[in-house]
Parts: sequence; structure tokens; C-alpha cells
Amino acid sequence: MTERSVVHSTFAIERSYPASPERLFAAFSDPAKKRRWFAEGEEFQIEHFEVDFRVGGIETARFRSKDGRQTFQNDTVYRDILENRRIVIAYNMSAGQTRISASLATFEFIPNGKDTDLVFTEQAAFFEGADGPEIRKEGWRLLLGQLEKELAR
Amino acid sequence: MLSQTARVDRVFHALGDPTRRAIVEKLCEGPLSVSRLAEPLDITLAAVVQHLQVLEKSGLVRTEKAGRVRTCRIEPDGLTVAEKWIMDRRSLWQRRLNRLGNLLAESDD
Repeated sequence: MTERSVVHSTFAIERSYPASPERLFAAFSDPAKKRRWFAEGEEFQIEHFEVDFRVGGIETARFRSKDGRQTFQNDTVYRDILENRRIVIAYNMSAGQTRISASLATFEFIPNGKDTDLVFTEQAAFFEGADGPEIRKEGWRLLLGQLEKELAR
Repeated sequence: MLSQTARVDRVFHALGDPTRRAIVEKLCEGPLSVSRLAEPLDITLAAVVQHLQVLEKSGLVRTEKAGRVRTCRIEPDGLTVAEKWIMDRRSLWQRRLNRLGNLLAESDD
């Protein structure tokens, strides 16, 4: 696809974790912990992962597909950090040398009894060729529609 | 050996029929003979056998004949194919936040 286009989208994901806001926050502020849930566990190799967790600090994560052909990179800047309460990041996603999205993402930690609720909100601009979450969400919606059709047969 | 795509196709095709889903639900409770399986379904034995053939091909169900009785049981790996396909379709952030939950569950510091 060579046509130029920008798709804007905002979406939120809410989760509740049986942990204090302090422990949840530590999973973001401690680079070793962050690496384990953020970068590991996907079907690609981690080529580079570096976190400078402070306002204005930069985080770089670079991945390579298993066949070695494609690289993906996340370039993140921490825009706001309120200890145990809120983290705001701005980030680009790139496929090879091409930037495919630019986003502002907010993590809010809200105590809820013994648990902590996490509200993740992403406000994103997806560029041409993007395989961003919104497009995946759309893909997911279509796939569920297909499954529904198959179930209705 | 079937390709992964062909396996997914067969599993979802098999699960796309309400009678076959009812058979799978029933067998999840435990193995049953074909005739016992047919009783609450209100369809002919021949129809049950046809549905079972589709389910066997999809890898969701296994049947074994001992003497005159054919026993049907669930094949858990078949359901894993469907589960994995759906899990893989979840967005990157949803998968990340699931892993965050696992991390918090295993470490107490």
C-alpha cells in the first residue's frame, strides 16, 4: 500500500491486578521486570532493550522476526511519571526503517481494595502500512464476525 | 500431518454446528458410547455418527471400538488449537498486560 493515510484512534484496556499500586508501578520502573512482560514472550527475538525511567528519559526496544527478515522498533519517551499513580509515554513504532505509528499512552493505577486497577489509554495516529493495535482490533472484530457467521450456519 | 491452517479450519468448521458443539460439551463431562450420546440429542444414530466423523477429522474427538460398543472421548489438544488461534489474535497490549499479571502473580517483592 503506497497511498498516504493517517488513521486516528483512541482505545482503552482495563485490567485489575491482585497487587498494590507500588508493586504494579515497580513492574514499570524496574527495567528487568518491564522487559519480562513488555518485551519477552512474543514470537520474535529481542535485539535491544534499554530503559531510562524518568521524565524525558528514553526507552528503546528492537525486535527481529524469527525468520530474521523484519525488524520492529519501539522508541518511547517518558512524558509524565507520578509515582505509583500514573505514567504517560509518547512512542513511535517502526517496521524496518518505516515509522508506522505515533502514540500517546497513559497508564493509570487506581487502588481498589486489595487490588489495583490499571487503565491503559492509547491515543494514536497510525500511518500507511501500520499494523497497530487499532488495525488489529479491527481485524479481531472482523474475525469474530466471521466466527459468528460460521456459528450461525 | 495437517498444516496448522488446515487444523484451525477443521476445528472451527466442526465447532460451527450447534449439534456438534452439544456433543463436545457433553463429552467434556466424560467419555460416552455413541448410543448414550445420541439419546438426549433427539437425532438419528446415523446423524450422530456423521457429526462424530467431522469431529474426529478435526481432532476434537476420538472414538474407539471395543467389541460392539464405540466409545467417544474428547481430545484436549483439539480445543487447544482453537484456544491458541484466538489467543494469538488478541492485541499486543492485551498480551502484554496478561504477562504483567503473570509477573505480579509470581513475584512477592
